[in-house]
Amino acid sequence: MPSFFGQIGRYAIQNTAGMGRTFLFLLSAFAWAFRPPARFRLIVHHVRTIGVESLSVVILSGVFTGMVMGLQGYYSLRKFNAENFLGSAVALGILRELGPVLSAFMVTGRTGSAMAAELASMKVSEQIDALYSMAVNPIQYLVTPRIIAGLISMPLLTAIFDVVAIYGAYVVGVQLLGVSSGSYFSGMELSVVFKDVLSGFLKSVSFGLIITWICCYKGFNAPPMATGVGQATTESVVLCFVMILVWNYFMTSVML
Amino acid sequence: MIRVVDLHKSFGRQHVLRGVNLELEAGQITTIIGGSGSGKTVLLKHLNALLVPDRGNVFVGDRDITKLSQSALNEVRRKFGVLFQGAALLDSMTIYDNVAFPLRETTRLKEPEIEKKVNESLAQVGLAGAGYKFPAEVSGGMKKRAGLARALVIRPEIMLFDEPTTGLDPLLGKSIHQLIRKMHATYSFTGVIVSHDIPEVFEISDRIAMLADGVIIEAGTTEEFLASQNPVVKQFIHGETEGPIAVL
Repeated sequence: MPSFFGQIGRYAIQNTAGMGRTFLFLLSAFAWAFRPPARFRLIVHHVRTIGVESLSVVILSGVFTGMVMGLQGYYSLRKFNAENFLGSAVALGILRELGPVLSAFMVTGRTGSAMAAELASMKVSEQIDALYSMAVNPIQYLVTPRIIAGLISMPLLTAIFDVVAIYGAYVVGVQLLGVSSGSYFSGMELSVVFKDVLSGFLKSVSFGLIITWICCYKGFNAPPMATGVGQATTESVVLCFVMILVWNYFMTSVML
Repeated sequence: MIRVVDLHKSFGRQHVLRGVNLELEAGQITTIIGGSGSGKTVLLKHLNALLVPDRGNVFVGDRDITKLSQSALNEVRRKFGVLFQGAALLDSMTIYDNVAFPLRETTRLKEPEIEKKVNESLAQVGLAGAGYKFPAEVSGGMKKRAGLARALVIRPEIMLFDEPTTGLDPLLGKSIHQLIRKMHATYSFTGVIVSHDIPEVFEISDRIAMLADGVIIEAGTTEEFLASQNPVVKQFIHGETEGPIAVL
């Protein structure tokens, strides 16, 4: 029976080794991106599954997020007779924070979980071993195209989320509550600078990497048993949510 | 053809292989038998480096595959075809695309040539016309045959079969055995079968080896093996509950 300190030591070693394996997995996926054969078709396929198939849920969440921001923003700003700042408040909040974070949450729930489940199921049913045995590297075939597709899809989905949310807030603030359309858009134009858009873009790219990296790693290393698929899916979704929020704080503090 | 020398493998505290020594003759079918959980599949997965041993060597020809780089290992792996226990077909692809997969990935053949080879392979295993189906739409026996077609389409020098009849009824199991024999007669590959389908598997085996307690306790031609006086072998092949193997 190991001592209390022995158990802490073992836990620390296991977790450090786990983190090392996770980073090596990512490095390996990047290294394989530069080795032939190029997997353009697979990248396009995964852009479709990560990007196109998440579009409806991203648009829907964007519309309602924008509408809530319009409503809350209007009643908060009215207390200070500052309704005309609604456009700039909504745009800054969405472009810098809510757009990248909420669209990343949607993609994690919609596609990340499916990605982890699919790879875990392939692991359990020996399909990944079958790829190795056919002299096909599974990281190059299964992981690298997904990571590249995530890097391409996330900024596009975030941009769509941003636009839809800003128009959602416009519908509530301008059409329903009577803020002037001119002040809504001119306030936005005056307050939003390129750095705000860049910050949202960089966040969305990094979230695309986090989601595909974590979900692929968890799926790829699922325990080889029936419960392994469920375990990999749950762990990947929870870890993605936490990592997105933690990384978002660091990005915000660096880019403010 | 394949030589296993003092192979050891552990998973956590479980020491599964404890110094396996085995020679697999070229052009012959060798069957490895042993009780459930004895490490047969673990041993098989070392033969094409799907698992890395803790200690010991696996020679394919004169190359020790435990010491090869990734690219050199891939070259060696192209000599192998593997029929996995559950067939391990890629379930996002049709059976046709599964069989075409190794040709598309590891050769420079044009699509019309690939089509010809795939259709020929599917016909050989009795799956002509079933190529458009997905793995989830076919029976266990059809999956095994599709897995066999995929493994054989690259004309491997060595074929590994991981419990090829598990989960099949006796008739389907027999048909898979006959198919393996037929394919062996056609392509003369070196075959390694892991099975506890006794005595049926003896009909298609040139040589038998038995794995128990992490080592090979008996190996020889089928006739020699069946005449073995080793009490563990005798108990196992006759399916007796009394003897040196603790059943419960």
